[in-house]
Amino acid sequence: RRDVLVLTPWLAPVVWEGTFSRDILNAQYVQKNLVTGVVTFAVEKYWFFIEGFMRSANKYFLAGHQVNFYLFTDSPEKISHLQLAPENHLFVIPIQNHSGWQDISMSRMHIISTYTHSQFQYEVDYLYSIDIDVQLLAHIGVEIIDALVATISSWRFTPHREDKAFGRGPEPQAAIPEGEWDFSYTASFYGGSVSEVYKLTRACFEGVMEDRGNGLEAQRQDESHLNEYLLHHKPTRLLSPEYYWDAEL
Amino acid sequence: RRQDVLTVTPWLAPIVWEGTFNPEILDSAYKPLNLTIGVTAFAIGKYTRFVRRFLESAEQHFMRGYQVNYYIFTDSPGAIPRVQLQPGRRLVAVPFQKHSSWQEISMRRMEAINRHVAEVSHGEVQYLFCLDIDMVFHNPWGAETLGDMVAAIHPGYFRVPREQFPYERRNSSAAFIPEGEGDFYYGGAVFGGLVRKVYEFTRTCHMTILADKANGIMAAWQEESHLNRHFLSHKPSKLLSPEYLWDDRKPKPPEIQLIRFSTVDKDYKEVRD
Repeated sequence: RRDVLVLTPWLAPVVWEGTFSRDILNAQYVQKNLVTGVVTFAVEKYWFFIEGFMRSANKYFLAGHQVNFYLFTDSPEKISHLQLAPENHLFVIPIQNHSGWQDISMSRMHIISTYTHSQFQYEVDYLYSIDIDVQLLAHIGVEIIDALVATISSWRFTPHREDKAFGRGPEPQAAIPEGEWDFSYTASFYGGSVSEVYKLTRACFEGVMEDRGNGLEAQRQDESHLNEYLLHHKPTRLLSPEYYWDAEL
Repeated sequence: RRQDVLTVTPWLAPIVWEGTFNPEILDSAYKPLNLTIGVTAFAIGKYTRFVRRFLESAEQHFMRGYQVNYYIFTDSPGAIPRVQLQPGRRLVAVPFQKHSSWQEISMRRMEAINRHVAEVSHGEVQYLFCLDIDMVFHNPWGAETLGDMVAAIHPGYFRVPREQFPYERRNSSAAFIPEGEGDFYYGGAVFGGLVRKVYEFTRTCHMTILADKANGIMAAWQEESHLNRHFLSHKPSKLLSPEYLWDDRKPKPPEIQLIRFSTVDKDYKEVRD
């Protein structure tokens, strides 16, 4: 792929169709005997998405490999019987609903970090948080497996001129405008090793708590804290916008 | 960014070329970790004459601003020049017994590095690079090279089709790679990574070298053949372009914008006997 960015300036690969061989990656994954988990939330009316999500994820998410789905929901009784592939498992974890979806969004980070620490780290090697209203339309495979993985929601290249400290003088040799890639990551699909996910979710939760303490209520709190964290802790792998379809677009 | 070369392998390992990375971003991630980087190099017999230039150029270009331990394996510690080093960097001469032939010495490097990691360097460094001594640094070699398991693309074969890679082709050798297989031809003069990964890697190579020895066979390019066999089944997590392992006798193609580490011109016959 020459038409897209495949490597970040900190040498993290950006995963696009055509940049990788799933066969080679599958062989590596199997060689290391890895297990991956998926965390998702279905609160209030979102129980409606459970069946669609589980059906498509069961079919397309790391097909052929063991996946543990951890479904947090306040309406466990609404879950119809789901037929899963033999290697996949579904764990339904009932939770209390708080007032409004912003609150659940905030405590989502708290829930993930707590459960990762107390349970998930003993059951899986890698863990991904995926929004329940995401529909998988094609295979998502082991190309997503790495230490700290984020999905690009949008990006832009901002060229800026390098400041020359020497003022006017002879024309500089190669005044190439230095540019910066600005990445924005979506909170709808991120993950990595359990230890990295723990650190990320814990830091995001602490950030949100601090904001609340200061009377700040940001829009899409979890996403802005996620981006803040990833600015200072660079992801080791990026998933291109191919990996996330915003249901609202 | 580079569109004229491959910058990511099919298993999503980055290939490091000038223009693919921003050293500031990488330093801001790695410097706070307070790392010590180890370097092994073998200076046996007449090869001690290369140590001064290797070290002086490393002091100028290799992992500047980081703590570095140079482990120089040698049969004549007295012949190792005391080169002035930057603060936080030190030189250790490691005794190494001279063997019968240069091929033998070459093959025993894996065992020596492995043993040294187990006994010493695992406690002193987080990352370890194993380099040839008859080389000089010409340009920066920095944190862009750090990774779990790092290999370098051999300068003689990076534009050559796979069928022409000088893999070991005799199936009686443990380093055998059949026709139709292989990703890259990696150079034996540069490899590295996390110290525990280098430990595993050198151990496996040593085992396959011993297996060949028991069968009375020596691979086409000594431990380089075994290195290539190992990296086929256990793919490196990061590749260095031939900028990091250049041969000055070769004309510089347009893809090579910067030569960072390259061979010292020498008379092989004279220096190897």
